[in-house]
Amino acid sequence: MSVQNAEQQLKFLLQQGLPLDSRPYRVLAQQTGLSEEQVLQRIQQWQQEGLIRRMGAIVDHHQLGYNANAMLVFDIPTEQVDLVGETIAASGRVSLCYRRPRRPGWHYNLFCMIHGRCRDQVLQQIAQLRQSLGLSVFPFQILFSRQQFKQCGGDYFESDAKGAANGN
Amino acid sequence: MVTETYQTLLSDELNRALINRLQQGLPVCSEPFQQLAEELQTTPAVILERITQFLDCGLATRFGPMFQIERAGGAFTLVATHVDEHRFDEVAAIVNARHEVAHNYRREHWLNMWFVLACEQPQQVACVLDELEKASGCEMLNFPKEQEFYVQLYLPV
Repeated sequence: MSVQNAEQQLKFLLQQGLPLDSRPYRVLAQQTGLSEEQVLQRIQQWQQEGLIRRMGAIVDHHQLGYNANAMLVFDIPTEQVDLVGETIAASGRVSLCYRRPRRPGWHYNLFCMIHGRCRDQVLQQIAQLRQSLGLSVFPFQILFSRQQFKQCGGDYFESDAKGAANGN
Repeated sequence: MVTETYQTLLSDELNRALINRLQQGLPVCSEPFQQLAEELQTTPAVILERITQFLDCGLATRFGPMFQIERAGGAFTLVATHVDEHRFDEVAAIVNARHEVAHNYRREHWLNMWFVLACEQPQQVACVLDELEKASGCEMLNFPKEQEFYVQLYLPV
């Protein structure tokens, strides 16, 4: 297997999760034909490049008792939206914060996710966020979720050559 | 009840510490579980056993690297649509059948269905949305990410 194919195979295997072994990267090395050192180097490189955000666990927030989640959206003047987005993200009071386009009938351009143990707690967090960061002047809406239908990782990497082309 | 299993797991102090620690990222080194075990004053075998339990019972849905799909040449986008109440389940089934749909929430708004599309290539987004519009009869509003203000999701227990 070429190094490029081995790297693609490594991405494909990593997508299935990290092997639950005391030496997980050695297992991946055996499966790809790379050395353990090469596997570690590639993954560290991908982390530096931002392809991999972090190695860790995705938890089911409902099971952890975070039963309420709301999408909080703001209508912020275009020239201010990036500054406000950075301020909200830096406050650590939201789980996600993105700027997205406005659409006909939809004026909101800043989207945040807030997780909490119950609806009242989420509402309280939002009230505190708006007050402490001086956001009271901006129109906003809170969209609570009523039901989650589907949650999965989404598969991006394939093990074949087509996947290799996408990954590079 | 399955829920009791979670509660039993979460009543254990080491489990809580481990779940919190795992959300903050695992070191990328030859023996990562050894390092975690030292931090949490236990053994790698116990750490591995607990992670296996979390995955088996669904407390953790994934263990491994979190990829940023845009850096891999792919695209994530948020999509919203309005679905008439009496057709909600039918349209949800059509949407969820697509493997590109990563998650789907019903929300309290006129736009009552919100889902995330994860496509391998950015140009697939328009195509998938077009097919979904034809299959569901619902207009799909595409909200691609223009800028991310990065926050690490951390849900302490």
